[in-house]
Formats: sequence, C-alpha cells, structure tokens
Amino acid sequence: MALSVSDVERLGRLARIELSPDELEQLAPQLDVILEAVARVGEIDTSDVPATSHPQPLTNVFRDDVVAESLPVADALAMAPAAEEDRFRVPRILGESQ
Amino acid sequence: MTDLVDFDEAVDRYDPVMGLEVHVELNTASKMFCGCSTAFGAAPNSQTCPVCLGLPGAMPTVNGKAVESAIRIGLALNCEIAEWCRFARKNYFYPDMPKNYQISQYDEPIAFDGYLDVEVDGEIHRVEIERAHMEEDTGKSTHVGGATGRIQGASHSLMDFNRCGVPLIEIVTKPIVGAGAKTPEVARAYVKTLRDLIKALGVSEARMEQGNLRCDANVSLRASADAEFGTRTETKNVNSLRSVERAVRHEVERQAAVLDAGQDVALETRMWHEDTGATTAGRPKESAEDYRYFPEPDLVPVAPSREWVEQLRGTLPEPPTQRIRRLTEAWGFSELEMRDVVAADAVDPIAETVEAGCAPQSARKWWLTELARRANEQGVELTEVGMTPQQVESLQKLVDDKVINDKLARQVIDGVLAGEGEPAEVVDARGLAVVSDDGALSAAVDDAIAANPDIAEKIRGGKVQAAGALIGAVMKQMKGQADAARVRELIVEKLS
Repeated sequence: MALSVSDVERLGRLARIELSPDELEQLAPQLDVILEAVARVGEIDTSDVPATSHPQPLTNVFRDDVVAESLPVADALAMAPAAEEDRFRVPRILGESQ
Repeated sequence: MTDLVDFDEAVDRYDPVMGLEVHVELNTASKMFCGCSTAFGAAPNSQTCPVCLGLPGAMPTVNGKAVESAIRIGLALNCEIAEWCRFARKNYFYPDMPKNYQISQYDEPIAFDGYLDVEVDGEIHRVEIERAHMEEDTGKSTHVGGATGRIQGASHSLMDFNRCGVPLIEIVTKPIVGAGAKTPEVARAYVKTLRDLIKALGVSEARMEQGNLRCDANVSLRASADAEFGTRTETKNVNSLRSVERAVRHEVERQAAVLDAGQDVALETRMWHEDTGATTAGRPKESAEDYRYFPEPDLVPVAPSREWVEQLRGTLPEPPTQRIRRLTEAWGFSELEMRDVVAADAVDPIAETVEAGCAPQSARKWWLTELARRANEQGVELTEVGMTPQQVESLQKLVDDKVINDKLARQVIDGVLAGEGEPAEVVDARGLAVVSDDGALSAAVDDAIAANPDIAEKIRGGKVQAAGALIGAVMKQMKGQADAARVRELIVEKLS
C-alpha cells in the first residue's frame, strides 16, 4: 500500500506540521513500513471476533450530575506556555478569513 | 459586494435543499465528562480540571443526567433510541479544544430516524430528523490585536476553557426538500418549534442569544426537484430565529448568482453577519475522513434499557403543535389570532397570564400590542421585555375593576418597564387612578357642556352619538383619568 508523498503532505497538514520536500520523501517510505507492519494484523481471520473498543465488557458507567471542585485558576494555567488575563494565550489562528 | 439574485427569481429557477444542524447546550449542573460546573459567566478558566483541560492520564466519565436528557430529546423528536452506542473521538487541531479531539458520537448516535412537524402559514411541514447525538462543547476564544475582536488581523488569541466539556446535543435533519420558496420560513419554524420543545422538556435554557441553542444551516440549489443535490455551504453564527430565515434566504440568493454565472458553489463553511445581512467565506470544510473518527477508548458503551427509555417516554411534555391546537380551542381564539400569537412568540407569556387568572383575549391584547411593540423597539424577545405574566394579569385586573382605563394602562406599563414596581404601585406613585368621584367628574362634564353649547344642543335633540366630542373634552380636562363609559352616562343624564 505504497504511501505517496502527497498522502504524507496531507497528513502533515491535518497534524499542523510543516514538512519540507526532503522530509516528505524521507517520511513516505518510513511510514509505509509502519503501515505494512500494522497491516499484518489484517491477515488474521477475525470473522468470529466481535469488534471491541474497550477491554472491559461494561456498559452504562455513569456519574451523578454533581458539581465537583475545579482546579484553582493558577494551577490550570501553570503548564500553559503563555497566559494573559487568566486565559491561555495562543498564537494567532491562521486559515480563517472570518 | 456579493452578487445576489432576487429571491423569487432564484426559487423560480432553482430548487433549494436545506439541512439544519442545531446544537443544544444542556442545563446539567456539571459537565459532560467531569464534575466541573457549567454555570455561565464565571471567571475565566475557574471551571476547569485535568479532564476538560485534556491533561495526560485524565479519564472522562459520562454524566448520566446528560444521557437522560439526550434520550428525552430523541423521544420528543419521535426518534428510535439506540440499544447500544458508543462515543467517538473527532480529531482536529484548533485551540478551542485542549485535547485536540472532541468526544462526540459518529456512526452510532443515541437517537436516530425521527421527525418534527412544523407549521408555516397554516400548513404542516414534516422535517425528518437524521440523528441526535451527544458531544461536548468547546472553549471560548477572544482574539486580541485585530479590529473589533475578529480573527483577521489579530496578533494572538486568548482561551477560556470554562465552556469546554459542557454537554451538547447535536440534532441533524435529513435534507429538507420540496419547501421551495417557503424554505427560509420552514427553517425558522423548525428552529422555533425545536426551541419550544427543548424548553418544554426543561433540558436546556434554549436561549439563542446566549448561545444555548445554535443553528448551522446547510443550503444547496439544484436545477430541478428531480436533479441531484448541488454543492452545499454550511452557514454558521446564526444566532436568532430571524437570522435563521435571513441566512437561508441570503444563501439561496447568493448561490443562484454563482450558478447563473456558470460557476461552481464552493464546499465551505460560511459565517453569517447579522449587521450586514450577508455571509462571508470561512474555512474550507474538512471531510469526515479528515477528522479520523474512532471509538473513544476511555469510555464504555451506552446501552439504555428499554425500561428506562419507556420510563423517560412517560415524562415527555405535550408536542408543540398539539399544544397549540389545544390552547386555540381553550382560549377561544380564531386560527388567525393564534397564528399571530405564535408568530409573536407569545404563547408561553399568554398561557402564564391566563393561568394567573386573566381572560385570554385580554392577555392576548396586552402581549400582542403594547408589549410586542416595546419588545420590538428594544430589540428583545417578548419574555425579556421586563413585564411578567403576573404583572400583566394585575394590570388587566386594575382595568376590570375600573381603577384605570386602557389608556392609563399604557402609562402603567411604562412605569413597570421603568422599574417603578408592580402595576398597583405605579398607579399610586404616578397618581393614575381614574377619578371615580362623581363630584369632580360632574363638574368637568358641566364645563364641557358649557364650552360646547352647539354639541350639547344636538344631544338634547336626540343625537346621542355626538356625545363623543364632549367625552373627549372631559377626558382632556381629567388628563385621561376618567372612565369614559361613566362620563357618557353623566352627559346623557344631564342632557336628557
């Protein structure tokens, strides 16, 4: 399932990672190896195995609608690379002409 | 300047197809997946925790009350309720989502295949519901450094994650076809009926102006009713009932111009601007694959028992269209009168006024005339005008008891809206009560007769209808504070 350079370019865009032409050339075959490795799982006959998304056979694990304590604002912001007016500061958002 | 085609011409040449997505913010006390408060207006980032901030290792747990609300909404929309469904991760990078994914539902919504009947000009349109699913809201961004808080030209943005994780139900219609020129009105009627239903369910404040209920409108045009669907646009930022109708109308006019010019409509998100009454291009739509949905591994499936579902079905309020029919009959309104009431969004205020003891026609009169006019002037919803149904009932009681007349009642409304207290207090404070002292009235009537001898003569001669001019003179002298019927009695008494 050869991964094309344009596939990798698209993945890069979705992940918001800028990749140079050299990196694209280099990454395409590397990602291909990973995909091929994972694809080997598909060789197993799983027609009798139900799809599962959680290891525990549980359903309906709910909590009551009760307010619990939140973090102090200073703690919430402690790991933010930048904060301003008690808000998380982020670089300007591109790609929207709003 | 965007090219537009006149709406009537546009729907003459093209068949509009519409899909509406409505996000309802539930009124649970705590968030969808954590115990943080959902209270509106708290200090920035004071209602966050490791779960809603997406810190590594933090595990979500589903709010049972939110699931209950989702099922009740689904049932009220005549949907099937899934016997088993899961949450899914919707992956995208945007600063309003600290986890870099939103927990939503993908191919297994909790409710699906329903409908909502809505009425436009006395005609019922059945809007088919594709699905209603559970998800979480995003944070609120403030853009700094640009003009008027817009993203464009901003130097950076600030994020408040208090709203992040507040439970949302997204309700998606199937394509609405066949509404033709009525398409914008059907859009408005649908959102309004849905809003009223959500309010009646008590699961959300459902106030559009506060963002509890938000509508995205997908619109496309096709050459004819049997052609394939055209490319659609998704208009966001539509935050009032009026905007829903205007935005859909505008997109029909704009897309018709694009197609007339032989161009293709771009698949994109567009932003509605209330001030200009137009949409502008937003971000190009990412396709479903771009979101790389997969089942949420941190949450177990939701499998509502049929007993639970049936028990919740028993808690549903009367469907809106049925309620309107019942109230029309109970209140003795004509269909036309009720249509005006519905259009003015006055059903609930009138119902509460009647419940407080007021005659339905009197309640209708105040809400649809004086109060509707003032709400319109202030640009607010009728329920926000500043007078409660109980106060309207008190006002009418003062009229019924002949303490004031209709004309003075308007001044009483002014007083109540100005915050001068209850209607009776306004009457006292402003000295508005009609003069019931026959002595003072009698003197005023004598003055009016003396000042208008020719009219008095006509009345003596049997032309009682001429009394109007004298009543007017008396009312003027009494500064309106008299009961016109009593004045008429006195005039006729004195001149016969």
